[in-house]
Amino acid sequence: MLVGRDGQRRVVLAADAAAQAAGLRAGMPATKAQALVPGLAIQEADPAADARALDRLALWMLRRYAPIVAADPPDGIVIDSTGADHLHGGEAVMLADMVRRLVASGVAARAAVADSWGAAHALARFADHTILGIPPGSSVTAIAQLPIAALRLPPEMVSDLRVLGFERIADLAAQPRAPLALRFGPELGRRLDQALGRMGEPIDPIRPPELIEVRRVFAEPIAAAETIARYIGKLVIALCAALETSGLGARRLDLICHRVDSRAQAVRVGTVLPVRDAKRLTRLLCDKIETIDPGFGIEAMTLAAIVAEPLAEKQTVTALIEEPEPDVSGLIDTLANRVGARRLYRLAPVASDVPERSVIRIAPLAPETGVTWKGEWPRPSRLLSPPEPIEAIALLPDHPPVSFTWRGVRRRVRCADGPERVFGEWWKRDPELIAVRDYFRVEDDAGERYWIFRSGDGEDAATGSHRWFLHGIFG
Amino acid sequence: MSKSTTLSAVQKLRERIAHLERRAGRQHAALPFGIPGVDSRLPGGGLARGALHEVAGGGNGAIDGAAAALFAAGIAARTRGKVLWCITRPDLFAPALAQAGLSPDRVIYLEAGDDRTVLTCFEEGLRHGGLGAVVAEIARLSMTASRRLQLAAEGSGAIGLAVRRWRRQTETVDFGQPTAAMTRWRISVLPSRPLPVPGVGRACWLVELIRCRAGESADFELEACDETGHLRLPSDLAHGPGAKEVGHCIASA
Repeated sequence: MLVGRDGQRRVVLAADAAAQAAGLRAGMPATKAQALVPGLAIQEADPAADARALDRLALWMLRRYAPIVAADPPDGIVIDSTGADHLHGGEAVMLADMVRRLVASGVAARAAVADSWGAAHALARFADHTILGIPPGSSVTAIAQLPIAALRLPPEMVSDLRVLGFERIADLAAQPRAPLALRFGPELGRRLDQALGRMGEPIDPIRPPELIEVRRVFAEPIAAAETIARYIGKLVIALCAALETSGLGARRLDLICHRVDSRAQAVRVGTVLPVRDAKRLTRLLCDKIETIDPGFGIEAMTLAAIVAEPLAEKQTVTALIEEPEPDVSGLIDTLANRVGARRLYRLAPVASDVPERSVIRIAPLAPETGVTWKGEWPRPSRLLSPPEPIEAIALLPDHPPVSFTWRGVRRRVRCADGPERVFGEWWKRDPELIAVRDYFRVEDDAGERYWIFRSGDGEDAATGSHRWFLHGIFG
Repeated sequence: MSKSTTLSAVQKLRERIAHLERRAGRQHAALPFGIPGVDSRLPGGGLARGALHEVAGGGNGAIDGAAAALFAAGIAARTRGKVLWCITRPDLFAPALAQAGLSPDRVIYLEAGDDRTVLTCFEEGLRHGGLGAVVAEIARLSMTASRRLQLAAEGSGAIGLAVRRWRRQTETVDFGQPTAAMTRWRISVLPSRPLPVPGVGRACWLVELIRCRAGESADFELEACDETGHLRLPSDLAHGPGAKEVGHCIASA
């Protein structure tokens, strides 16, 4: 339990799950809590340390997820994910990944995506779901039923509003503004507009002290794509010079365009290897110009190497015998920034006899191992996932089917190979202890070749359901 | 006019056209199949590098594209360098590609959400020049898109292989539409040759060269790719009387 000072009183600021089960709530006096639960473990709150930890977490988020990140004290982090979520496979995937990583490191986290900072703040703290993605344009309806405490108002104002009978944001939004402003001041209207997305709220992004960053302020706001491209080129050259002095190469670049209406547009690009080549970096950034909305004009641009790694100068040796393999990392970067790094991969063998487990995705530029799949049995070029059930007529236990029906078409088996027995992997899951699949390669009258299997060994019902499945199509 | 003068005139005309088409005068050596009957049908004695080629499956293969993918893998396996494989549906089984000679170290897969992304990434891959071959599974390929791909491939010398694959049988009429591709292939499965023992023999394909720029269409009965990516004549044809005339010429039939 955390105890801190609120004016003259010592109150409970936070209570863990065990304390909450004992009936302790945040906001109750510390003395009352101690009276309720004898032997209570009390920790003094340290707001300064909390703020420092929050900043550290924000920096981690900045490196990992998005260019515009700021701490939202006391307990939140706000991220402008525009222009960065595609690198993580979309908003929903990014949120899930974020919460999973935080929970794995022992932080209870809730996350929400919405149109405005205010709405996301409200939904993350007061919505029913731990992870919530609101489609663009529907934030107003999403927050309407949340309590007014979600509006980031001072606690006294919230309790005063409750006294007046306001419970939900929808109640407040439906009221005429003038009497409310007269009674509570401009703060209420401002917070309401921010949550409803009627008023912009710039995020002041956090910046680590050692960051390599170049900035350019324009005398006149710029908006044309060509102009932006030209200045990107100039910024990249300056950044590359700065990187060269420190012997680094950029792994992740952030371009933040500050607009005249004090909003920021951000672009993030990543590379698979540290890069200091101005041409390549310019190309990557210029690919993203169409995602920048210049609005009424951009007045300043900032380019930062958020993640930089040592880049050693390498001497190239000319081989007399054969040409070296051409470098494809530039292509990988371009494609990864276009479709997302997760969608670009190589497939490597895994030592498993179960076909769907025999393949694993690895990074496109992972070191080459020369390993390939073992076994002489032919494998189908298309693997259905999941296997499709078929009706088959076969002699048990180990004869291939005489005929089978797949997708409503009956096929007579002309010749077949098999069975190839695949045993379950008991070290992965208990039910697989005695599970068996018998694979057959069959060819029908038309010459089409299929990979079918029977779940079970054909004798013992415990080894599988004895139903037939089609798992793959041979070329 | 005698036959030899006609031939030399045709030869000169071909050279002029080739000179006009390749603006930069960049010449890429063709990639032979290693089967004389097939290579003699293709201009340049093999599959042209720096060009776009289309492959589709016949019958049900137009939907699953299983044989077409292996045919493309066999060609890609015989090139040098990495191979970019753009897919929209993640049902490609990598061990089969390895058995067609395409080692897992060489293939970089790109999972694109839609045909448009596939086309842009396909073009990007062809333009780069460091790849041996770029394979993309696409349904619709317009004249404009294929022209762009063809030009990108011409500039870099990579082989572009468009594996045409549709969702429904009715959509396959799209394969009749003209594109700027250098060759167009249709791969259909054939019953394998009977073995003296129970079992399935080596897969057989009916490989149809439907369209070939500066060449005639033909069809061949071949055995599927071996572990080095080479196709082979069926054993009973290879040493038989018809070995010389394996390609059945559609144009003259």
